[in-house]
Amino acid sequence: MASAPEATPLEEAAQAIRAGGPAAALRALGSAGWQRFRSGELGASPVVVALLGIFVFFQTKESVFLSARNLSNLVLQISVTGTIAVGIVLVLLLGEIDLSVGSVMILASALIGDALVTHGWAWYWGILLALAAGTAIGAVQGFWFAVIGVPSFVVTLAGLLGWQGVQQHVLGSTGTINVFDSHISAIANSFLPHVWGWIVAIAAAGLYAASRLLEAARRRRAALPAPPVVVVVVRTALVAAVALVSVAILNGEFENIWVFGTYSSGIPTASVILVGLVVFFAWVTTRTKFGRYVFATGGNAEAARRAGINIATIRIAVFALSGLLASIAGLIQTSRLAAASLAINPGQVTLEAIAAAVIGGTSLFGGRGSVWSALLGALVIGSVANGLDLIGQGPDVKLIVEGLILLAAVTVDAIARRGRAAAGRV
Amino acid sequence: MDGGGARSVSPVPVLAAKGISKRFGAVQALTRVDFEVYAGEVVALVGDNGAGKSTLIKCIAGAHHPDEGEIFVEGQEVKIHTPADATRLGIETVYQDLALCDNLDVVANMFLGRERAEPRGLGPLDELGMEKRSLDVLESLDVTTIRSVRTPVASLSGGQRQSVAISRAVMWNSKLVILDEPTAALGVAQTAQVLALIKRLRDQGLGVVVITHNIQEVFEVADRIIVLRLGRRVATFEQRKATPEDVVGAIMGAAPRAA
Repeated sequence: MASAPEATPLEEAAQAIRAGGPAAALRALGSAGWQRFRSGELGASPVVVALLGIFVFFQTKESVFLSARNLSNLVLQISVTGTIAVGIVLVLLLGEIDLSVGSVMILASALIGDALVTHGWAWYWGILLALAAGTAIGAVQGFWFAVIGVPSFVVTLAGLLGWQGVQQHVLGSTGTINVFDSHISAIANSFLPHVWGWIVAIAAAGLYAASRLLEAARRRRAALPAPPVVVVVVRTALVAAVALVSVAILNGEFENIWVFGTYSSGIPTASVILVGLVVFFAWVTTRTKFGRYVFATGGNAEAARRAGINIATIRIAVFALSGLLASIAGLIQTSRLAAASLAINPGQVTLEAIAAAVIGGTSLFGGRGSVWSALLGALVIGSVANGLDLIGQGPDVKLIVEGLILLAAVTVDAIARRGRAAAGRV
Repeated sequence: MDGGGARSVSPVPVLAAKGISKRFGAVQALTRVDFEVYAGEVVALVGDNGAGKSTLIKCIAGAHHPDEGEIFVEGQEVKIHTPADATRLGIETVYQDLALCDNLDVVANMFLGRERAEPRGLGPLDELGMEKRSLDVLESLDVTTIRSVRTPVASLSGGQRQSVAISRAVMWNSKLVILDEPTAALGVAQTAQVLALIKRLRDQGLGVVVITHNIQEVFEVADRIIVLRLGRRVATFEQRKATPEDVVGAIMGAAPRAA
């Protein structure tokens, strides 16, 4: 039985190099990419292309866009949306929606402020309270959907309204609680020491390369089809390059080179938290039983149930995680503003996070997507907002552009779905 | 090995249901139905719409609970209250709507709900082991048309999907496989594929029950034919000694001819 795993364009290119040299490889790469485009298996490529386009556009308009200082600013700006979007991706993989995340975020923020300032709790108890509250809210909403049977759209819409009310109640008449605790403040206002930035990046790249090579070797030993070594090396080199170049830019190694300018503070701690969460949940969704059950439930809930999967538990757990991630975002938000405030519009926070997940390539129809799309989509939205700020455009233009990008992303998703249907992949 | 031969070797049926009755409100769906399947034989369960085929199957598969009657697996009386009970006893059912997850690949579907992940189901999935085992199972059943077990099942043909669903059902030491209209939505070539697979299951010593409306198919794969009519078992045929006219007659209510 022929059993090669779907050859990726890279693998096909590697095979073509062996067969007919670089020209043949290019042709193979092109036709494989076109095949995938036609059959709707696009993965992250459209959003990466879009992101590069956005970078080029704003850099030509405003020369500080790609400066290290602005990039540092950008990755800090997306940490809140990105963290919420990780939870949204999990919910979308189930084929559901969580509209309450914005309100859960601001409520978590208010709870921290109330605990630390009004009641004088230690910072860690405040954090624990906020995270526990977010998780519990998510679990209750998940229960209402999974067990009682109210559509998640309605349950979490009620949550969007209700938890905002609770937040206003907690904040009371003043509407703002200033939070000056040094630990809370450090989350969004500190940087990873340079040496740690290097250690983390090198360790991550090394671990990734090792695990990929090991897996390929094990597959070969087990007589299963394995990707060619060239492909594994190219792929890990790309990942390592992205990680190491990012750290080098933010650590100021490229000071005064090209457009990077002067900046050497290092990587914002909040961005490290976001990337850490993305890596962790990417692993959970693709490599564990739980992740497999999330995909199965989102793909065909009845099939998952018949296979003996407790889909109610999976659903409740995913909504609880969504609440937990929203409350972590609340923590970062509190740190950035040094306050818990009424001024944030939870509806906009929610919709931006959903937009990020979808722009990043996670399907609204369930069962298809990746946690990485939270990071990529947040980067797209963040870059556009940041770039428009730099060239002096107001919130009016930002909202219009954001809307258009979201529409474009969902259109790509819908067309890809049609392509899959045409290629018999429903 | 053929059905008749296997039966003489193991006189105890792998599954026997005795006196099964089931009533839904005013409707008597099954009336004291006996049903037996031996290891290494294919039994075709036929009957008109509403004859009670599905109800009988669901009683055996644990989806319905019979009002009366006993079920024996290899001679031992058993109680089947849930589909999980049936699975534990080695009874697997492949329903018409396959119950595959289109977005997952063949390996993920074959192991769905029973993934290998050490330690204690919390660690990383043993993708390598599961892929190897899936390949082995498909190979042992001679399912050769699937190009890659890492493609999403959405991209497979109807026959391939049915093959995956059946292979999944038999890879867990099952003794009896129940197939509900396995060829209903398939073309000619794909039907042939699935019928060949059913014969291989029999050759490996499993008991197979096939519900079908297609008399030609019945005669192609079945060793015995059991006819239900209006909730009663009205006839049993040895495939070799019967004609399609006999079977159709029994289904329509002509004079019964018990075996």
